[in-house]
Amino acid sequence: MELLNLFIKATFIENMALAFFLGMCSFLAVSKKVETAVGLGFAVIFVLLITTPLNNLIYHYLLQEGALSWMLGEERASTINLEFLTFIAFIATIAAMVQIVEMAIDKFSPALYGSLGVFLPLIAVNCAILGGSLFMVQREYNLAESTVFGVGAGTGFALAMVALAAIREKLKYSNVPPGLRGLGITFITTGLMAMGFMIFGGIQL
Amino acid sequence: MQKESKDILFGPIHLKNPITLQVLGICSALAVTTQLEPALVMSAALTFVLVGSNVTVSLLRNKIPGSIRVITQLAIIASLVILADQIMKAFLFDVSKQLSVFVGLIITNCIVMGRAEAFAMANPPMKSALDGLGNSLGYSAILIIVGFFRELLGSGKLLGHVVMPTVNNGGWYNPNGLMVLSPGAFFIIGLIIWAQRSYSGELQEDEN
Repeated sequence: MELLNLFIKATFIENMALAFFLGMCSFLAVSKKVETAVGLGFAVIFVLLITTPLNNLIYHYLLQEGALSWMLGEERASTINLEFLTFIAFIATIAAMVQIVEMAIDKFSPALYGSLGVFLPLIAVNCAILGGSLFMVQREYNLAESTVFGVGAGTGFALAMVALAAIREKLKYSNVPPGLRGLGITFITTGLMAMGFMIFGGIQL
Repeated sequence: MQKESKDILFGPIHLKNPITLQVLGICSALAVTTQLEPALVMSAALTFVLVGSNVTVSLLRNKIPGSIRVITQLAIIASLVILADQIMKAFLFDVSKQLSVFVGLIITNCIVMGRAEAFAMANPPMKSALDGLGNSLGYSAILIIVGFFRELLGSGKLLGHVVMPTVNNGGWYNPNGLMVLSPGAFFIIGLIIWAQRSYSGELQEDEN
């Protein structure tokens, strides 16, 4: 139940894109067509599902203060704190995982690679992915929680992006003031969507 | 100053602004601007990282093999961000707490990667430093404008000082709560883009 609650919270209430503004660059760049938005959406869910729990393990067994006790014993490990390496360890993990996932998909499912392939390299530098791992540390999630949080955050991001892409496809036919065309109206639309998503605030199961 | 360097330095403030025209680095521009102070600190941190990474990447540009350049750039940027983060934790702890994960997210801030890839990989260090500085100025300008309006309209304060006393504290200003929340940030950036593009017509896009 707690986990379900966390999932709902990560998907709707604390939506990565609309409440925390993470992954905005790809959010705006890829949301021109529903089809590509769905592709990137699934890629984000997939990568978040893998990297968040993996970074959780790395943080708890390598970086945290005294985390190396399984290797060096309590006494020697207690003086070691590698937390300052968090950023570089996380981004290296993410970049490496994205690369491995890309190769694995290419090998085992060429069809899936055809639709997700172009988006995977983009994802290594998507702030939503790194943001997921950093929030996981800040909120002290355990392994199960961070998996659920990863999936939830990814789902929320994908939902928001597909919704925006659908709106933008319709927007093509409307008469927008010249200065507002393109990026401007997209921001205003996203703002309205963010307002819409705020109604989920306070939902608890 | 020569015309070329001037263009590199001041171009990104208006005509090639990283946020409103190149669509780079939007995440942090929206997230840290509920108040003016974190916006200023974030601008400073980004300037440090961007100039540093541009110069470093530019110095190493002939030695980085093409196939691993992205990971090399990420390593350089991540090291600089760690430095900035540690300095901020030591000297500006409160603001650093407020910025939370967004300091770390400078690593994936597309401005830094984008400029390293697009400019520093092809130009000498001096020019790259100017380009980094120029883009940071453009970024900071937007951050400061957004932060200014969000703090002023959202809580009637500027840098924590009361400018317009709010109704709750016996004043006259009824604060607009929307400004502090996320939609406010989207609206303000949307309006800035509108104003900027109406002012210089050549920046307008043809399609929605």
